[in-house]
Amino acid sequence: MKQYVLQRFIQMIIILFGTSFIIFFLFAMLPGDYIDSNLSLTPERAQELKALYGLDQPMLQRYFTWLGNVFQGNLGYSLKHQESVTSLLNKYVWNSFIVALLALFLTWTIALLTGVLSAIKQYSLLDGIVTFFVFAAMSFPSFFISLLFIKWFGVDLKILPVGGMIDTGSNSTGFAYILEVGKHMILPVTILTLLSIGSLTRYFRTGMLEVIRQDYIRTARAKGLKESVVIFKHALKNAILPVITLLAFELPGLFSGAIIMEQIFNWPGVGRIQLESVSFRDYPVLMAFTLFLSCLTIIGNFLADVTYAAVDPRIRLK
Amino acid sequence: MLSEALLEVKNLETNFYTEEGVVKAVNNVSFSIGEQETVCIVGESGCGKSITSLSIMQLIPESGKIENGEVNFAGRNLLEMSKKEINRLRGNDIGMIFQEPMTSLNPVYTIGQQMIEPLQEHLLLSRKDAYKKAQELITLLGIPNSEKIINMYPHELSGGMLQRIMIGIAISCNPRLIIADEPTTALDVTIQAQILDILRDIKKELNTSILLITHDLGVVAEMADYVIVMYAGKIVERGPVMEMYTNPQHPYTKGLLKAKPLIGERKESLFTIAGQVPNLAELSDSCYFADRCEHRMDICLKKHPELKETSANHSVSCYLYEGEAVR
Ligand SMILES: Nc1ncnc2c1ncn2[C@@H]1O[C@H](COP(=O)(O)OP(=O)(O)O)[C@@H](O)[C@H]1O
Ligand code: SF4
Ligand SMILES: [Mg+2]
Repeated sequence: MKQYVLQRFIQMIIILFGTSFIIFFLFAMLPGDYIDSNLSLTPERAQELKALYGLDQPMLQRYFTWLGNVFQGNLGYSLKHQESVTSLLNKYVWNSFIVALLALFLTWTIALLTGVLSAIKQYSLLDGIVTFFVFAAMSFPSFFISLLFIKWFGVDLKILPVGGMIDTGSNSTGFAYILEVGKHMILPVTILTLLSIGSLTRYFRTGMLEVIRQDYIRTARAKGLKESVVIFKHALKNAILPVITLLAFELPGLFSGAIIMEQIFNWPGVGRIQLESVSFRDYPVLMAFTLFLSCLTIIGNFLADVTYAAVDPRIRLK
Repeated sequence: MLSEALLEVKNLETNFYTEEGVVKAVNNVSFSIGEQETVCIVGESGCGKSITSLSIMQLIPESGKIENGEVNFAGRNLLEMSKKEINRLRGNDIGMIFQEPMTSLNPVYTIGQQMIEPLQEHLLLSRKDAYKKAQELITLLGIPNSEKIINMYPHELSGGMLQRIMIGIAISCNPRLIIADEPTTALDVTIQAQILDILRDIKKELNTSILLITHDLGVVAEMADYVIVMYAGKIVERGPVMEMYTNPQHPYTKGLLKAKPLIGERKESLFTIAGQVPNLAELSDSCYFADRCEHRMDICLKKHPELKETSANHSVSCYLYEGEAVR
């Protein structure tokens, strides 16, 4: 097990470096940058600025300079926001993070419950209704549901705010502030949950239905164990194991999935910053965000593999 | 029969509803098992042996349904019991061992964790006492290093070891009946003999009755007091073990005996009964064995013969034994 973790760890480091290089390379290849697209600059001034930002040096050298800076927590300087990317990301990433985390928690809880429910009552009316809703949620485009919800809950019923993170001009503090943010979070979290719930529920459902047919479940019943013990102790643990790996893909997915959501709900998160940077060719920010998502995916994968190994004795004891 | 019946199965019928149609897996089956008696059910694969045993425990797969009959255990009909009452019986009064030891234990729990469950559930032992008892059981089953084995996971043990553990779980609450569904089929020949020895020892020590399912007549000769031959979901012959070997009556039983290599005897090739078990979803009105039977008569194609007693405790379902009048 120790050796496996070490092996996976070294592998992860190598992949991280490789990915960082590819990201840098791709961005360096992109034609045009913030300076080129600014037509108000004279060619001399543009040249000066390029030298200032180090854009005139050979690529490999620029990569190592960039990498060295990244290690020091310096992700570059946002040309549009005139602020260091690190502080920019730091300002907005937590806003995205709370929404993502809450959505992740909800998704897993609901998917787990529906999975178990389907396994116990396969093909029952309840199973059918749940499956229908899950598929419906999965097949509608996110912007459509978002707008629909804004119209229903924000405009027609006026029970939820239509966007933003706090009321306009509000300066509430303490508990009132938390409540206010919470209220603004309801719709974004709901939308994100609806988006990701489908696939996970399907995994759980098929996983549970598969496990429930196994010989060891029959053995558990033959031992005279209560049905709840059979399902929640013997079946669930086996059904969850393969899904743990998905958790790793989910987290970065929620951040990238939030891009559209944040735009629609005017939520001050990294997704929105990212989208703005695209239109302004603010490459340092774009690069930082891409790097952030890649690292999250790679580290998440590593953690998933290690957790999977830790909970599955068949791998742990190898 | 040695004494009064412990288990009495009466007119049991279990069907599966599949796309192909209704599969009559257990078709009007009746038999009984006395105290401390070993009853063997034999028959080719797909004859309904497993489903018969699973019906007794009410563990048949989702698509199956017990449609008729009684399963009386110690005087009470299991089919009329509540879920709770059934659970109290399973693993406690009736222990069960399955064909595939490798898949019968939960891969993510240790041997110990799985062995203590019935002990805690039925005997209400504390966790500590249950572990102690589990360890004793492991030793009793001839596995050394019980204190190590108890913390191991199923994938770390061999099939023979796992089957012993399964036996340990089945007998842990001193059951009155053990149901063993082909407990040795998946194992090596040498291990098979050991497992059978263990079952015999246990029977002597715990005074249990055993329902042993097998397609191996060698196993039957070693273990059985009473033999039931099943074919296509029905009992075609049943009788005391000596009778069955010295005076087999049904053509199918005779065929099975011919197909069995006697111990010490070498044969060039095994005799096999030509043809195969009919599809249980498409049974015709004839004797179900008719298309494989060399004694087939006209009447055999009209209706499946009923099970009739020909001598004490020996019954057969074949027109050859029904006298001239019927034929
Ligand atoms: N889950 C199931 N669905 C449909 N048919 C089944 C199922 N399980 C068993 N059967 C049918 O029931 C019959 C008896 O099966 P089984 O009792 O397992 O046979 P045996 O144990 O004698 O080999 C077979 O014909 C099989 O096709
Ligand atoms: S009833 Fe007829 S077909 Fe069936 S086993 Fe007897 S002789 Fe053969
Ligand atoms: Mg079988």
